[in-house]
Amino acid sequence: MSNKLTPKERLAIDRVKMPERDPDARSRTFEEVNQGLPFEEAMREAQRCLQCKNRQCVNGCPVAVSIPEFIDALAEGDLLKAAGILQRDNALPAICGRVCPQETQCEALCVRKAKGEPVAIGYLERFVADWAMAHEAELAREPLPAPTGKKVAIVGSGPAGLTAAGALARKGHGVTIFEALHDTGGVLRYGIPEFRLPNNIIDMEVARLLAVGVTIECNVIIGKTLTLEQLLEEFDAVFIANGAGLPVMLNIPGENLKGVYSANEYLTRVNLMEAGRNPSAATPIIRGSSVAVIGGGNTAMDCVRVARRLGAKRAMIIYRRSEIEMPARIEEIKHAKEEGVEFIMLTALTGISGSDSGWVTSLHCQKMELGSADESGRRKPIPIAGSEYDIEADIVVNAVGTRANPLLTSTAPDLALNRRGNITIDDHGATSIRGVFAGGDIVRGGATVILAMGDGKEAAKAIHDYLTGKEPEHDANSGEEWSDDKLVMGGDN
Amino acid sequence: MHQVISNDILAPNLHRIVVHAPRVAVARKPGQFVIVHAESGDERIPLTIGDADPAAGNITLFVQAVGVSTRKIVSIKAGGFIRDVAGPLGKPTHFGDWERVACVGGGVGTAVLYPLVKALSELGKHITTIIGGRSSQYIILADELAALSEKLLITTEDGTLGRKGFVTAELSDLINDPLRTPQAVFAVGPVPMMRAVAELTRPYGIETIVSLNPIMIDGTGMCGGCRVMVGGEMKFACVDGPEFNGHMVDFAGLSDRLTTYRDQEAQPPHPKSECRLGSKSAK
Repeated sequence: MSNKLTPKERLAIDRVKMPERDPDARSRTFEEVNQGLPFEEAMREAQRCLQCKNRQCVNGCPVAVSIPEFIDALAEGDLLKAAGILQRDNALPAICGRVCPQETQCEALCVRKAKGEPVAIGYLERFVADWAMAHEAELAREPLPAPTGKKVAIVGSGPAGLTAAGALARKGHGVTIFEALHDTGGVLRYGIPEFRLPNNIIDMEVARLLAVGVTIECNVIIGKTLTLEQLLEEFDAVFIANGAGLPVMLNIPGENLKGVYSANEYLTRVNLMEAGRNPSAATPIIRGSSVAVIGGGNTAMDCVRVARRLGAKRAMIIYRRSEIEMPARIEEIKHAKEEGVEFIMLTALTGISGSDSGWVTSLHCQKMELGSADESGRRKPIPIAGSEYDIEADIVVNAVGTRANPLLTSTAPDLALNRRGNITIDDHGATSIRGVFAGGDIVRGGATVILAMGDGKEAAKAIHDYLTGKEPEHDANSGEEWSDDKLVMGGDN
Repeated sequence: MHQVISNDILAPNLHRIVVHAPRVAVARKPGQFVIVHAESGDERIPLTIGDADPAAGNITLFVQAVGVSTRKIVSIKAGGFIRDVAGPLGKPTHFGDWERVACVGGGVGTAVLYPLVKALSELGKHITTIIGGRSSQYIILADELAALSEKLLITTEDGTLGRKGFVTAELSDLINDPLRTPQAVFAVGPVPMMRAVAELTRPYGIETIVSLNPIMIDGTGMCGGCRVMVGGEMKFACVDGPEFNGHMVDFAGLSDRLTTYRDQEAQPPHPKSECRLGSKSAK
């Protein structure tokens, strides 16, 4: 524990501001917006932490990072120690430090929030994780246990799969990840643009997994290239974390016009396949001068900010509720606004019109008003009669959400699903098939990176117990390294 | 990385490439395709698996060079490498309880037809195969298909080989011969050809299966770029297809969406008879 500063001195420090690229300049490039804290500022911010005995922030973290401990080490300037703690608890800290919604998780529960601003836990996580990446050689090499001889197959190299892979490899199990796309990271790479999460960060986190012996095989589609049954013949356990890769369509007239994209297609073309941002990339994208993005989640913000960067003069968010109900992170909304994105709220899209040659020309919209709260707890939008109007646009991006992709599940008849097609699991991630576990969006529907990681961590513990002959216990038995603490959050739309 | 075992030119801009993809070679069934990605930044191109040798771990692809990414694929010589081959994707062909089947291929669609004819032949069906092209140099796989079919009929638009005209003329004659009327027709080729075949068979109620290849990215149902209306319902060709009931496909909508990136192609448009469809190119 640091005794250098008194609580009063700690309370006197103001929350640090994240240095950001200038909005005008950044809205035309894919360079990362947040620049990261300088060391002095990170250390000063760390000193704001009151080191509470009752570690509420940890309860807010789906992977239960030892937040006060790593912050204390940082406040002391002991970066090696801080990095050690963080990397022990979190398989992908540099990613979480960038994309986690800290404001609704750890920081929401920070004691300092009661009388001001919470400790900037996310910024500090990012600082320590980035420092660790830059000083890889100085970090103590992890001692790996002797191989157990057990083999685990992981389906999908997104946040859940990568987290589980790291945890299982560090227990000595042989881990192979099968990825359907041609590169690693799942939604981290195809979904999240580089201005929020640079690809080299994903590459470095993946490299850390390879260093502990994880094998990753791309271009293998489980359900097509290999079946779940085949995996079970070759592996002792399987963790399914193949995401929610199926777009929810709008089901309105004009959806098949040229210029209408799903968020998955739009983002995959740009993020994974480098369309529109790498002059030597052959993958095409229609840029559009007026782009309308439908939805209010982080994916919608990513799409609309990409549209600005591809040169859209007018980039709009069209959302049927009001800004308060938007599921997107506050930071993403703020960044989008700074970059000149228009927010058209309380507006529902009812149809799309096109030109004679089949290209989008305008959106038919209807104004909405908010009624009483629905099952999601948000106020329900109700159409206002006679309020129909049109918005001109040449590109429409549908970012209303995703659901479970049936590619794998439809080839595994014994795998129990709920009525939405998501895999059903017990408290520890076990599915209806012995030895098969699941987590992330294929279980939850569209959720967040950190919740998927929480699932990966939880499932890895259950898989380890399964492989070592300990039947999973159904009561809470969180140990030092593993935690059952979880936050339940809504989807993206 | 997937090694290219051989790369032959079958017709102008049309290559037959054998590539090492052992997992695909074992798992594939007729009617399925792979996504081929020559290198980072390139398009992911859907290509029908023409044939497979599971023992050697190789698959055969027919690739028409129509855009930047497909030109890059066909430029990889034997011994070279393709970065990514993912699959098999799509639903395997459903073979019904037919005795007489007609298989109709237009342009490079003939290459897509080949694995279907081969599978039908192995099932002991009576097959009449009709292939067409703009000119004799665009007629491909004639010997291979003749060996698998009871009868092979060829048409060319300029009359340089076989009957002068379109494949529909031969198909019409076949349908009108009571002894040879097919119970099912497979049609693969340019959209106008598949539409013409479907319209020809519709009044007779002959089951007509077409193989579509709209714009595609992942091939796993993730992006919805390959959406096509079939019987008034939105289908994703990559996971619900690529084969559909030709009497229910919205060909006009399909044709239109295929023109999305036409203006972005760096090279001049390909000759009309070299259909982008048959190559399953996402151009």
